[in-house]
Parts: sequence; structure tokens; C-alpha cells
Amino acid sequence: MDRRLLIKSAAAVFAVATTLALTACGDKTPPPAAKKADAPKAPEVQVIKIGSASPLTGTEAHIGIDIRNGVQLAIEDANKANVQIGGKPVKFELVAEDDEANPTKATTVAQKLVDAKVAGVVGHFNSGASIPASKIYADAGIPQISPSSTNPDYTLKGYKTTFRVVAHDGQQGPTLGRFALDKLKAKNIAVIDDATAYGQGLADNFEATVKAGGAKVVAREHTTNKDTDFKAILTKIKGKNPDLIMFGGIDPQAAPMKKQMAELGIKAQFIGGDGMQTPNFIKLAGDAAEGAYASIPGLPKETMPGGKEFLAKYKAKFNAEVELFAPMGYDAVMVFIEAMKRAGSADPTKFLAEISKTKYTGVIGPIAFDDKGDLTNGPITIYVVKSGKWEALETVTPNAGANNAPKGDAKAEAPKDAAKK
Amino acid sequence: MDIFLQQILNGLLLGSIYALVALGYTMVYGILGLINFAHGDIVMIGALVALSVVTALGTSMPVMLVLLIATAAAVAVCVALGLIIERTAYRPLRRAPRLAPLITAIGVSILIQYSAALVWGKQYMSLPEIVKPGKIEFGGAQITTTLAFIFLLACAIMAALLWFVKTSRMGRAMRATEQNPDVAGLMGVDTTRVIAFTFALGASIGAIAGVMVVLYYGQGHYFMGFMLGLKAFTAAVLGGIGNIPGAMLGGLLLGLIESLAAGYMGDITGGVFGSNYRDVYAFIVLVLVLMLRPSGLMGVSSGDRA
Repeated sequence: MDRRLLIKSAAAVFAVATTLALTACGDKTPPPAAKKADAPKAPEVQVIKIGSASPLTGTEAHIGIDIRNGVQLAIEDANKANVQIGGKPVKFELVAEDDEANPTKATTVAQKLVDAKVAGVVGHFNSGASIPASKIYADAGIPQISPSSTNPDYTLKGYKTTFRVVAHDGQQGPTLGRFALDKLKAKNIAVIDDATAYGQGLADNFEATVKAGGAKVVAREHTTNKDTDFKAILTKIKGKNPDLIMFGGIDPQAAPMKKQMAELGIKAQFIGGDGMQTPNFIKLAGDAAEGAYASIPGLPKETMPGGKEFLAKYKAKFNAEVELFAPMGYDAVMVFIEAMKRAGSADPTKFLAEISKTKYTGVIGPIAFDDKGDLTNGPITIYVVKSGKWEALETVTPNAGANNAPKGDAKAEAPKDAAKK
Repeated sequence: MDIFLQQILNGLLLGSIYALVALGYTMVYGILGLINFAHGDIVMIGALVALSVVTALGTSMPVMLVLLIATAAAVAVCVALGLIIERTAYRPLRRAPRLAPLITAIGVSILIQYSAALVWGKQYMSLPEIVKPGKIEFGGAQITTTLAFIFLLACAIMAALLWFVKTSRMGRAMRATEQNPDVAGLMGVDTTRVIAFTFALGASIGAIAGVMVVLYYGQGHYFMGFMLGLKAFTAAVLGGIGNIPGAMLGGLLLGLIESLAAGYMGDITGGVFGSNYRDVYAFIVLVLVLMLRPSGLMGVSSGDRA
């Protein structure tokens, strides 16, 4: 009885609140006439909304909030710098939405952002969310920059509005392959994937590269993203005696796989993609994790050209460490703003064309897009597990060969640039 | 040869875990004619309870003691859970049409899964490395001491169960209830108690299987019971559901089939049917067996309750 009363009163309060809000909104609409009259007095400050879409609740919330924080930081910096677009002062406003890492929710959120008339969207975090949402943004003509989605399909839909500021798996696989050939000197390689779009794609790209490079793929095995027993395929692989095993998949499989390799006495080295470059991998595999290699798109956050400054700024503002993609989120906003400045307009139909022409140096380094909207020369960093921690080994820029330790060039300039303009 | 031997070992080990879980399905089916789909999730609860206990105790005590406490906790929780499920979900439906308890079982399974997700979260939990296993090598094949222990323990539990059902008073009551609950009741067997006991026994063996899975793979997850349950159920059907030695045989066989198929079918078929078809082979064998022997390998075709 009590509970019913509670619900009733809550509903009543809600109804009242909604009515109030609605009338408040209604109140706002009449004054345009008055506003118009005021207009000549002071130059109207145009408000430009920037959308941010990422999981803000659920198990991936920490990563989604990280992205939103990056976006928020960029907007605050831009407002502090009094950006002018087309000679008029503007003010940027954040519209952050929660897609719960859920493809269905992502499309709802995308529609919401479109209806809110945002000029551009930074998001989503998951490839599975970015891809369905991209159609909605494309239909509305609103540019979308994903800070983190690495599935190649995201930019293969032929939408002009779709961009990303992170290297994709079509670049990650070959990079891993070249690392295996050049650095690990692998000659006989076994390849396993988890039969998902991500895992199989990564493994295929890797396999093609090592084959082209003259290594022999002695076994190509598959498992699923639910399995934890790999003894059978590993035993088979053991019989082929490879010096390297590559796995395309994520940590809940990669970890027991590495463990079972040790149990079977397989001496081969182990390498994988960003799906296993997680603290969780080390937690799950324990001591067996030692010596595993994995890549992840982007530079290590400390060695990003604008990394140190950004990390300090982020820490000061949010009193938290950067998780993963906040710098990408920050840069994505700056890419929007730069394009608006060049186009002299915040109208997506006008500045969209300018995004493809972006030549910008952000926190993460130089940003330019190819005709699909992918980041050109997006760096990929390879890590190794050393005494229970992922340690950055080297950074590779696809299309430009390997360059060790990407320090030095144009380090401190970039972020200042980003902040002031 | 050493590779072949290794595959056999892999298969037997995996199969012994399937067999333990399959026992839970088969015992309940034998007595109630009910497929208890929640059994896989009871195993999951056992695994996660053990993980939590091991994580909490860490290395504060000798390893064996920690494992013993973890197993005891897992068994206790699972037995309680099994009894609660039986009392609240299945007992009221004992005289209901057969579809009702089946649907209820699926509902209970989902309920347990998501309750576990609420309690433990949805992320993978890892087992702290408290055991540093040694290696046993013979004939070129390798097995860790932990895994050898798991296998032997599984065999011991199965042997003990067979002995218990054959010789003890309760075992005889179980067999009587299985044959005909009404007549058993008339003969003075408290069938309600026997059924509850069967659930508790199945759950406790399931809990031990859960601890073994945790020890084997070093991780646990709220959804882990689903696939394991499905495989174990397959094993039970393969051996002849309702038949205890059949479940053991079915489990071991399923493990061997999976292991050998994943290991060799790819090469035999020239890479056309590689290891991605591992699960398919298990089900092909199941279909074949059921076509030739509808009641499973060791099942006896009984008129009214097959």
C-alpha cells in the first residue's frame, strides 16, 4: 500500500514537474520579437551545440565518460579562447548522450542529437554503436567523428559524414604482421580467431601480411567468443611447431589461451590486437601473461605530442586519470571547430566539406582524413607484458614504416595551438 | 603420437567435467522426467562462490585449506539453491503438464543468471594465482598436477556416486522412485524427500564441477553456465538421459569427440571443416546416436517415461 502511494505521489510530482518545464519552455518561445528588438544593441552570440555520444552507464561507462570529458574539456577551451566563426563570436555547448554501449540505444540517441540540432557529433565509443548511428547522422547531414571505433566497416558505408580519429583494424592487422616479421623474426606462425567480425577481420589482415612477408602460416584455427577451452586447437598447433601464435579476439579468450599454452608447454610467442591489450588480460592470465604482445591504435597517452599537457589539464579538471580515448574526443571537437572556422559557418552543410580537408595537429598528433574518413597515418602502438604490466614497446605509423619511440617532433606546440585558437 | 596422446588427455579432462555436470541433469531427469535447465547455472553459482572465497582468503592460509573452504562454501550455497529451486519452482508443478516445469526451468535459469550478474557484476572474474602447479609428462604429453587432480577427483566422485546409488538405502529409494514414484510411495519411500535429496546431490556435484572449471580456466562469469550446461545436457542425452553411468560415458565421449574433431578434422577435410566446427561434431554424433539408439548409448527404452 505504501509503495503504491509512493509511486502515485512520484507520478504526481513528475507530472507537475513536466507541466512546469513545458510551460517554462512555452514561456521562452514568445520573446523572439523582443529579442529581435534588442539585437542591434550587442552582437548576438551564436550558440553551437556539439554532441557527444558514448556509454555513460553500464560496464563500459568509465571509457564513455572519459570520452565525454575530453569533449567537454575541448568545448571549455574553445569558449575560453573566444572563437570567432565567420567574424562573429560563438559559444559552444555540450549535448552529452548515453548510448549504453547498445546499438539500439545508439540509434535513439543519434536521433535525439539530430533533433537537438547539434553541429557535429563526437561518438560513439563502440563500433557496434557507431555503425548503426552513422546512417542517422548521414541522413541528417551531420558530421560524426568517432574517437574510438576501429571496425573497418564504420567508414565503408559511403557516408560523407563519417570520420574517425583512430586507426582501424585494417591497419592494425598489417602492423601486427610486420611487427611479427621484422621484430619477432617469426617464420612459422599459427593464427587463431574468435569468429567475430572484429577478431576474424584482424586475423585475416594479419595473415595476409605475414604471408606476403614470406612467413609460413602453419595453422589457421577458429574458436568462439564464448569458449574457454582451447586445448584441442593448441595441441594441434603444438604439433606444427610454430614460433608465434597470433590471436584475433578479446581478453576473456586470450587470457585462458595464453594460460593453456603454458600448460601444454608451447614455447611460441603470443601476439594479439587491442581486444586483449587490457589490464583484464593480465588479471585473468596471471603469470602466464608475461611476454605477450598486443597492439592498440594510438600513441601511449604519455607520449602523445600533446599528452603531458592534456593529462595534467584533464587531471586538474576532473581529478581523474585519462582512461583511453579522452584525447581523441578532445581532438575531434577541435577538428569540428577548425573546419567551421575555415568554412566561416557552423552550418553542417557548409563546413562538412572542410572536415575532409583537415590538416590539424592535435593532442594525439597530426590529424588528416583519407577519402573514406579514416585517419591517415594513424599510429599504432605495440605493447608487451613485462612484470605484470603492459609496457609500450614501439609505435608504428602505417604507411610510413616503423619509427621507434615517437618522442621529439613538435611536442609542446600542438596543444597550445589547440587551446588558443 | 605425443600430439595424439595429448588430444586424448585434453578430451578426457574436458569430458570428466562435462560428465560431472551431466550427472545433475540425468539424476533429476531419471526421477522427475524433468530437464532442469537451471543446472548449468547452479554450476556457475558454485564457480563464482568459489572464486569469491578464494579471492577473499587469498594466501592467508595454506592453498589446500583455501580450496577446501571454497569448495565447501560452493557446495553449501549450491545445495541450498538446489533445494530452494526444487521447493519453490518445481514441487508445485509436479502434477502439472510436462511443458510447465520445462518452461519454469528456463525461467529459473535466466533468473539465476541475472541475479548472479547483479551480485558479481557482468565482468569476468579471475582466480588469483594461489596454485603453482607442477607438470607431469608422459609419452610426450603434458598435464599439470592441478588438472591431473581434477581428473582423478572427477573419477572418484563418479565411482562414489555409482557405489552410493547401488548400495545405500537412499540410493535404493532413488532407484525405486525412478522406476515408479507412486508405487515407491506406497512401499513407504518418502518420494518428496528423495526428490529433494536428488536435487541436493546433483547441485553439490555441480558445485564441485564449478570449482574445477574455475581451477582449470582461472576465470568465471555470470553466463558461463549456459554453454557448459548445454554441453553437459548433450552428454547426458548421448549417454542415455536418466542413466547415471550413461551420463559419465556421454560426458567423456563428448570431450573426446570435441578434442579429436578440433584437432584432426581440419587436416582430414583439407581445412574445409576446421576447428570452428568443433561444436558441430558433437551434435552430429548426438544426432547419429539418437537415430540409431533413440534412448541414448546406455539408456533403456522404457515405455511411459522415456
